Amino acid sequence: MTAASKKRWLVPLLVLVAVLLVLAPVDLTGLGLPYPGLKRYGTYIMTLWLVTAIAAMGVNLIVGYAGQETLAQAAFLGVGAYTTALLTKAGMPFGFAFLISGVAAFAIGIVLGIPALRVQKHYLAFVTLAFAVLMWLVFRNEQWLTGGVMGISDIKRPSLFGISMRPYLHFYWFVLGITALLTFALWWIIRSPWGRAFTALRENPVRAESLGVDVRLYTLLAFAIGSAYGGFAGALYAPLVEFIDPNPFALAPSFLFLLMVVVGGAGSFIGPFIGAAIAVLLPEWLRFTQGYYLLIYAVLVMLMMAFCPGGLVGLYLRLVAMLRRQRVSA
Amino acid sequence: MSDFFQLVIAGLATGAIYALAAIGFTLLWQTSQTINFAQGEFVMLPAFFALAAMKFFGFPFWAACLTSIVVAVLLLGMVFKVVVVDPMLKQGVLPLVISTIALGILLKEGAKDFYSAEAQPFPYIFPDVMVELAGIRLSLSQVGVMVIAFAVIVALQWFLGRTRTGRQMQATAQNPTVARILGVPVERMIMYTFLINAGLAAMASLLISPIYLAKFSNGEHLGLAAFVAAIVGGFNQVRGAIAGGLLVGIVDNLAAAYVSTGYRQAVPLVLLVLFILFRPQGLLGRKEERAV
Repeated sequence: MTAASKKRWLVPLLVLVAVLLVLAPVDLTGLGLPYPGLKRYGTYIMTLWLVTAIAAMGVNLIVGYAGQETLAQAAFLGVGAYTTALLTKAGMPFGFAFLISGVAAFAIGIVLGIPALRVQKHYLAFVTLAFAVLMWLVFRNEQWLTGGVMGISDIKRPSLFGISMRPYLHFYWFVLGITALLTFALWWIIRSPWGRAFTALRENPVRAESLGVDVRLYTLLAFAIGSAYGGFAGALYAPLVEFIDPNPFALAPSFLFLLMVVVGGAGSFIGPFIGAAIAVLLPEWLRFTQGYYLLIYAVLVMLMMAFCPGGLVGLYLRLVAMLRRQRVSA
Repeated sequence: MSDFFQLVIAGLATGAIYALAAIGFTLLWQTSQTINFAQGEFVMLPAFFALAAMKFFGFPFWAACLTSIVVAVLLLGMVFKVVVVDPMLKQGVLPLVISTIALGILLKEGAKDFYSAEAQPFPYIFPDVMVELAGIRLSLSQVGVMVIAFAVIVALQWFLGRTRTGRQMQATAQNPTVARILGVPVERMIMYTFLINAGLAAMASLLISPIYLAKFSNGEHLGLAAFVAAIVGGFNQVRGAIAGGLLVGIVDNLAAAYVSTGYRQAVPLVLLVLFILFRPQGLLGRKEERAV
């Protein structure tokens, strides 16, 4: 398939996906279509999926493009969530709080990344591991700021052009819009000459360095931008659930972020969306297994790593290649 | 001042246990480039093997401990290598890292779902009585823990440095290609490393569980302690892991006494960050060329 023919179906496909996403929670029976729309809980799950996907996109930039491991994405989510909750409670507008959340996560990413990337591969994993535990302790212990284990409740949803985002449907569209913006921004980063250096770096760091790519600087920026996406996701997570406590920002959820990106397909652009969908939906689907869903998930991840380390996207590409080969031989 | 010494000695006892976990972690990293993110769970689990042996099969404590070590060596050593690590080696480093993280979740949830979510009391190997020695009050069980842990460490050092198999293992760790040319059975040496790691983890588990109680979530703290010990000690050698483990143990115990309970856990992590900032090669490590 040539690049041109690929482009021809890509735009209509994107439009179709966008329309489907916008209309997913809407009741269309009034228009004569047999689709009742998603209920309140379904829309909440969709919104949670988008928020999770934003954070997962960040992890994908770090893991799939810069070839590093981050074990602190949930902690960055927490930084964003607490920042937004505290700033909006103090009367600041949401837009300002949202930006500060991302900037704070970016700055922390730079501070953590500089020493960690100086040493060797995997040190970023250990430094982020330590950071995730430290942040969890801060969220839990600094009661005067974070409310400790009681958390912060009654986080207000923002309003946009005078329209309140309080109804769940409005908030879904609001998050969908921001997700689209952030997705486009990341796509642009990766497509830009600056972003292509990431790919060069992942494919062959020695060669990239000899071609003048400053490996350490690029890796550092990838980590900081990826972490900023965690901060942005947190800024949306706080008004979505309207109540935050330290638990969703502990070490275990950070592990799950890394797992979901690899399950979706690290280094592929839609991988994080698929991985986030699975991470959000699997607990719902496996509800009948009660407490065993993490056990099942862990086994599935290990099987996938053994047989298809490219994740679900890799699996799909492999199937397509197999079918095509059959068609050629037939 | 005697309080301080008491804390240091208690720290050496827990530190020696951390060292066991850190040595295994370092050995695995060296010989097979396996970063085992499930190492904490490897130390959490054998205590449950022992508890299960006593509860379901009515074993006496000593037999349960032996069973636990054997089961750990088989499951966390051999089965881990054959089922989890071997199929992954050709896939590269990231899949293996992800897989050990998933394994950690599996072991943790498994212990919770199939044994208990509550912290389980675990019998002391030595009676927990206080003895006074030169003005310092010591718990006999702490002294026992220290003696056993150091005995294991010394035996391991002797094995690695003085026996033929041990030297072959070191050769494998340093340069597998040359080792293979020189006739070292590299594959078997790597298997030994996994078995030794599991054995060390089981020892650490049986020694630490009376102090911390056996709980499914212990792996997080134990794993962090082992990582910090390995990095602080310097990754390239076993001696570093021992020094790192002892240092983390002492710092951990002093923090428990002098830092607020809320931030006790943070102190070893701060130690880690300081080392990465100012001495990334670790206490005893050599400076390594940046691996690209």
